[in-house]
Amino acid sequence: MVQLINKLDKEVKITRLSESAVVVSFGEEICFDLHEKVKALTNYLQDHSFVGLIETVPSFTSVTIFYDPIQIYKRERKVNHTNVESPSDFVCASLKEAIQNLEKKDKHRTRIVEIPVCYGGAFGPDLDYVAEHNNLSPEQVVKIHSSGDYLVYMVGFAPGFPYLGGMSGKIATPRKKKPRIEIPQGSVGIAGMQTGVYSLSTPGGWQIIGRTPLDLFLKDKTPPSLLESGDVVRFKPITVEEYDDYKEGS
Amino acid sequence: MALKVIKPGLLTTIQDLGRTGFQKHGVIMSGAMDPLSLRLANLLVGNEEGEAALEMTLAGPSLKFETDTIFAICGGDLSPTINQKPVPIHRPIYVKRDSVLSFGPAKAGCRGYLAVAGGFDIPKVMGSKSTYLRAGIGGYHGRALEPGDVITYQKQKNILPFFEENEHKNATFCTTDWGIEPYLFHRPKQVVRIIPGPHFEQFTKESREDLFHCKFKVTPQSDRMGYRLSGQLLRLEEQVELLSEAVTFGTIQVPPDGNPIILLADRQTIGGYPKIGQVIDVDIPMIAQLKPGERISFKSVSIFEAERLLLKREMDLKELKAGILLKQMST
Repeated sequence: MVQLINKLDKEVKITRLSESAVVVSFGEEICFDLHEKVKALTNYLQDHSFVGLIETVPSFTSVTIFYDPIQIYKRERKVNHTNVESPSDFVCASLKEAIQNLEKKDKHRTRIVEIPVCYGGAFGPDLDYVAEHNNLSPEQVVKIHSSGDYLVYMVGFAPGFPYLGGMSGKIATPRKKKPRIEIPQGSVGIAGMQTGVYSLSTPGGWQIIGRTPLDLFLKDKTPPSLLESGDVVRFKPITVEEYDDYKEGS
Repeated sequence: MALKVIKPGLLTTIQDLGRTGFQKHGVIMSGAMDPLSLRLANLLVGNEEGEAALEMTLAGPSLKFETDTIFAICGGDLSPTINQKPVPIHRPIYVKRDSVLSFGPAKAGCRGYLAVAGGFDIPKVMGSKSTYLRAGIGGYHGRALEPGDVITYQKQKNILPFFEENEHKNATFCTTDWGIEPYLFHRPKQVVRIIPGPHFEQFTKESREDLFHCKFKVTPQSDRMGYRLSGQLLRLEEQVELLSEAVTFGTIQVPPDGNPIILLADRQTIGGYPKIGQVIDVDIPMIAQLKPGERISFKSVSIFEAERLLLKREMDLKELKAGILLKQMST
């Protein structure tokens, strides 16, 4: 079954961010429904590119479309013998059409990615704090964290860094008051209602509960990111020995 | 063909027009802070305009040419000299081997772009030669230049026969009798034109007026990622929690402390602060050439005006390109 979405969707807003970027927003709430729309538009533009389209960047509820205005201008002059005065008008019109044609398919090919995590100890210095904060034992925190399905809403902040949705409120913990100068690559953390994995070593204020031996930023691979918007992540607890085996094997 | 780095300068990196197509993976664009000057430098030496060049910041490097080389410097005037003799910018230069190019104080602007005829032999990573410092990829081994680095380039044939004829003269370097008007496309006054951003109306009336009536200072906490400004604090009517979404070159975000940040070449792919405005494309080079401590003011224009100005600049550039080509063939 294929259903058309957005035909009468008044929530959809098209905004011009710059001379070469337009944002299509489907709403203001982080939810699976809006994520589906973001995914649908991103996929649609991948299959139906237009002249001048450079790239699309999906986020929680919007897709930003980057384009080359000069290419649009040149093409219209050459092919249609018209002078486009506003390339952004042209892009907005193309996007309106695209949104009308968005199809929401029943069956998505959702990729499930398992991420092994060695919780606690030197790899997760804040596990005890997270447990204490939530009146749980560290084992319970690990159990809760590793039993959820997490949706990758978008990748950004750092290369390969996933914004994950779906963490249980039972282990929510505020950020550290004083950020650490360096959080090692692979660290798994909690910040408020969010959980995430540091894809590069950076300063940061998240509560660190463990570390994965996997690389999330794959600088020599195409695509360069282990995770993509729309993937589902599951964390699997591993021992220090298993962590070392992964590291040696890679 | 090669040049050797004797002193690296404050921050000298390989940049081109940036890395596109990977922002959805969180890979930032990088690229020249002043893309126009990079393009002009390349055109002067007969390269494709998006070829990689050296981006030099405030205090330039010392470079030894190991072979005869044709290069051009565009953008900020960082007082280049060869054997103590001033070297003109915005012109192609022919320099003999073993000469050393050095730089002095930043007389005008903040960033100079040095392009060599033939282009630097730098492997492309994800389609670009630009250096992405934080991830350690692209450019020269993913980092800023250091003493002893040797960067090679291809010999460019058919460029500037004029120089070939002058090869036997005694001067260590020579230049053409033509060049491009410095700052041909730059506006001299430090008035930055912006398009009001998606959250402009959510700022207080006072802040919206302050944005266009007050001056803002570029603080020392400004770098390739963004320029942090100080001045009147900009306040929202009421605090809102925004969802992070894509930002672009020149987006002006206002964090809770009220001091605006102009996002530049090394910006993250997404941002979560309210966007009060967007610097128009043709004024980006002017921003990139501002030094910490300088003051700017903002002026509002419509997206359509911004598009018209961009189209006009590209037409002017096309004409200039044709002019340079003609000169290169006739000199």
